Amino acid sequence: MSTITSMQDAISDGVSDGDSVYLAGFTHLIPFAAGHEIIRQEKRDLELVRATPDLIYDQMIAAGCARKATFSWAGNPGVGSLPAFRRAAEEGIPTELELEEYTHFGLVAALDAGASNLPFAPLRGFIGSDLPDHNDNIARIESPFDDDYVYAVAPIEPDVAVVRAQRADENGNAHLWGIQGEVKVAALAADTVILTVEELCPEETIRSDPNRTLITSDDVDYVVHDPYGSHPSYAQGYYGRDNEAYIEWADIASDVDRVEAWLDEWVYGVEDRREYVEKLGVDRLLDLDPDNAYAEPVNMGAYK
Amino acid sequence: MNYTNSELMVVAAARELENDDSVLVGIGKPNLACNVAKRTHAPELRMVYESGTIGSDPSKPPLSIGDPVLASGAISIEPMRNNFNYQLQAGRLDVGFLGGAQIDKYGNINSTVIGDYDDPTVRLPGSGGACEIAGHVDRTLIITPHSERRFPEEVDFITSPGFVGGREGREELGLSGGPEAVITDLAVCRFDERGEMYVDALHPNATREAVLDRTGWEIEFADDLGTTPDPREEELRLIREDLDPDELYTDQEK
Repeated sequence: MSTITSMQDAISDGVSDGDSVYLAGFTHLIPFAAGHEIIRQEKRDLELVRATPDLIYDQMIAAGCARKATFSWAGNPGVGSLPAFRRAAEEGIPTELELEEYTHFGLVAALDAGASNLPFAPLRGFIGSDLPDHNDNIARIESPFDDDYVYAVAPIEPDVAVVRAQRADENGNAHLWGIQGEVKVAALAADTVILTVEELCPEETIRSDPNRTLITSDDVDYVVHDPYGSHPSYAQGYYGRDNEAYIEWADIASDVDRVEAWLDEWVYGVEDRREYVEKLGVDRLLDLDPDNAYAEPVNMGAYK
Repeated sequence: MNYTNSELMVVAAARELENDDSVLVGIGKPNLACNVAKRTHAPELRMVYESGTIGSDPSKPPLSIGDPVLASGAISIEPMRNNFNYQLQAGRLDVGFLGGAQIDKYGNINSTVIGDYDDPTVRLPGSGGACEIAGHVDRTLIITPHSERRFPEEVDFITSPGFVGGREGREELGLSGGPEAVITDLAVCRFDERGEMYVDALHPNATREAVLDRTGWEIEFADDLGTTPDPREEELRLIREDLDPDELYTDQEK
């Protein structure tokens, strides 16, 4: 059963030092506000799990929150590499970073095994690649039925998943549209789920379109109403991706002192996401505003 | 008409695509190339992105493969698990578009690490979906600048399989398809019956010497070595005005 709470309380109650944490989302609906709150609360020794660790993980690594990254593509999407991730992986700055590496398919299959209560998941992935030599949780298995073979990955079951959606009711039944990424499977695989949303809505809104529900309340522990909580990533239909911020990060993160200054100004220097958004300013947010494009309504029928 | 090497690379890559292809689009120049193709000779091109958008028709250039313009107006959006499972693994996609830090004579790609895996000189982003793209599509297209550093005889790490140790090596692993073309800033390379890369066409102004200088092995040239056709005015206009106006992926100053 889920509780409506503030981001501060959700992170404080839900995330402990040493936890494996999955901040889900493929470019879309990335829980930046949750990541910043984890930094502010100075959580340490986290295993940061995610297919695409982007800027938020770079920021968490730079802030010293991480001991390990489990991932499949560690880059700044469309821009280049992640400077803080690289400093940690190559030089141990500010902390040594253990890596557990997959392909995208391998990582989502491992989450699927975790979500499905299976001892492993099979996939035609990794074939011909050197990756299995460097990860003990990837193994070749022979088909029990013929002479075919596949690779298997061990389950990934994060301690905590933070997932975002456009809207949810107070119990945590959530509608998500646009790119879904690995949000559902990450939530199902994790022990504790923090759901953060742009909007709270009545349960009737959710029930009016059940096919759009990605997460249901029985999988959610905390519900946080967190408008603009994905900036500089985006929420489809609510605001666009702040590409400038992604491009700027390449410069900022290339220098340790500039990263510190950035964290001081944009993370430690604000109380919460509301202050961050105020600091960002109206003009920048309006520039990210999309025009409206509504999906055609669906007739679910009222049956008597 | 004047054009730059990076513009020629994008256009040459776009011409590898056919109208009825389904293509798994990569970020950067591959993304540009697919969008050029779709807006010129291949309007029916089905663009699928790793983010799960199927049949994307972006209204403006996406910076990343997860941009909202790839979702709005798409035919369908699949969760990541389904996209890799049912689209790629099941063999529903024709073409995959990849880049990489190193590519070797068998078309194997390294986008993981330069140097030793456990003590890297340069830690690169890693596979993402590239390993499965290279393993499961019929034709892999690769775009990368031509330099000796990028074209070693053998990559430091195989992230995405090409012909592995030759065409037979790939077949023995149970992989179909394979790399079809490597488009660089000097040439368009293809693969012979052994699975080894050779130069099929030189770009205008490029020389055999430049290619040999910047390739880490004695790369061979086709007997009927061709010349890459110039970009057309419309293709250049698309790149400069619509698809990469901020020159993120192309240098447009000539």
